[in-house]
Amino acid sequence: MSCFLTNSSLGKKLVMSISGCFLVLFILFHMAMNLTMLFSWEAYNAICEFLGANWYALAGTVILAAGVAVHFIYAFILTIDNYRARGKQRYAVTVQEKGVSWASKNMLVLGVIVILGLCLHLVHFWSKMQLVEIMGMHNSLVADYNVAPTNGAALMMITFSNPINVVLYLVWFAALWFHLTHGVWSMFQTVGFANDTWYPRLKCLANIVATLIFLGFAVVAVYCYFVSTPQLIESMLA
Amino acid sequence: MNFTLKIWRQRDAKSQGAFETYKVTDISADTSFLEMMDILNNNLIHEGKEPVAFDHDCREGICGMCSMHINGHAHGPSQAVTTCQMYMRKFKDGSTITIEPWRSAAFPVIRDLVVDRGAYDKILQAGGFISVRTNSVPDGNAIPIPKKDADESMDAAACVGCGACAATCKNGSAMLFVAARVSSLAKLPQGKVEGARRAKAMVAKMDELGFGNCTNTGACQAQCPKSISIAHIARLNREFLAAKLQD
Repeated sequence: MSCFLTNSSLGKKLVMSISGCFLVLFILFHMAMNLTMLFSWEAYNAICEFLGANWYALAGTVILAAGVAVHFIYAFILTIDNYRARGKQRYAVTVQEKGVSWASKNMLVLGVIVILGLCLHLVHFWSKMQLVEIMGMHNSLVADYNVAPTNGAALMMITFSNPINVVLYLVWFAALWFHLTHGVWSMFQTVGFANDTWYPRLKCLANIVATLIFLGFAVVAVYCYFVSTPQLIESMLA
Repeated sequence: MNFTLKIWRQRDAKSQGAFETYKVTDISADTSFLEMMDILNNNLIHEGKEPVAFDHDCREGICGMCSMHINGHAHGPSQAVTTCQMYMRKFKDGSTITIEPWRSAAFPVIRDLVVDRGAYDKILQAGGFISVRTNSVPDGNAIPIPKKDADESMDAAACVGCGACAATCKNGSAMLFVAARVSSLAKLPQGKVEGARRAKAMVAKMDELGFGNCTNTGACQAQCPKSISIAHIARLNREFLAAKLQD
């Protein structure tokens, strides 16, 4: 039982499905948290303060990092297996089959874009927030501003006042959208919860979840870009 | 109709293959694809050249012998038919048709367009059967089977084991074939008895033979000459996971 998760194709796919499901649930939570920025940045900071570097937040971070690592490592293991199974000789002529989504054939590429975006995101936020607290420091320097690790709202305003960051994050969210349009219904298929009646429903659900996540994150980044002024940032840091 | 054919020629599994170009002329629109290949081979024999090796048997879409990747499609551009059931009227007069063998590590090329699909037989031998005592023929209606179950079983049993699924899959996965075989038996009371053992044995053999992992693209279902649904893959996943969780 313990080994079928590592040595069987269906076991490995189960790990991908469960870890993917866990990451989707986390992303939905993160998105809900971000949306508070639209109503009150004090509320957003209250959440940041609540999470911070407390034991439960640290435990959550470790579990989350493990989830990302497992999903990422298994993706590479499965892709290498698949590459070998395909053989060295490839078709001279290929077509896009009917009903096959582009995302489903490019999950690894999309996943790599998502991971690169995640690295950027960790540099922009995690290293200025939880990491600062873990290191026992009290603030960090971001674009000439001194920001406290619990002042996530100010950090967001400063980061998204830069249009380059907004564009980079939108590209990241778009890659995630494509990844989820296939990934969400696919995780149901992998655990066996799917049939011809449910495919249209599951694919619809996948599109809804992916779009909700895209819009939920994008609207906050774009909102911050439009409302961020030096005066507002100064007042948030005061 | 006239066609230019770009056909993969390969002496044996170890040789390096390459495309060769041939012309066929005065082909009737109602000629089947394999008859067109016969005409080509006839011409080649008359010219003293080696004919193109290709698999075929029943020529009515039930044996699963014909294969060929034609213009990027397994079994050619027609939907839900095997190569032998496709007619030349499907192609544009004067067009170039590229014909390749199945490409998958588990299906090595034997010669030209013929590949070794013995891997599918090995998967079947691992569990694609039911164990029953041989005796007189039992009464067909002794065990009532709901119509829906019988239909689903028959849909899965339509699989001819041609290999188009693994040949089409970008991952070289045989999941649609294995799922069809597991599903056709799992939906019937006679097959249910050995369901758990069968799912585990067939998946283990599939992995052992080097087939890839399904990523749910659905390309197999789109190219399957029998339109087998990936819903059978979901059933295989269910059967396999339930069996493993009972271990």
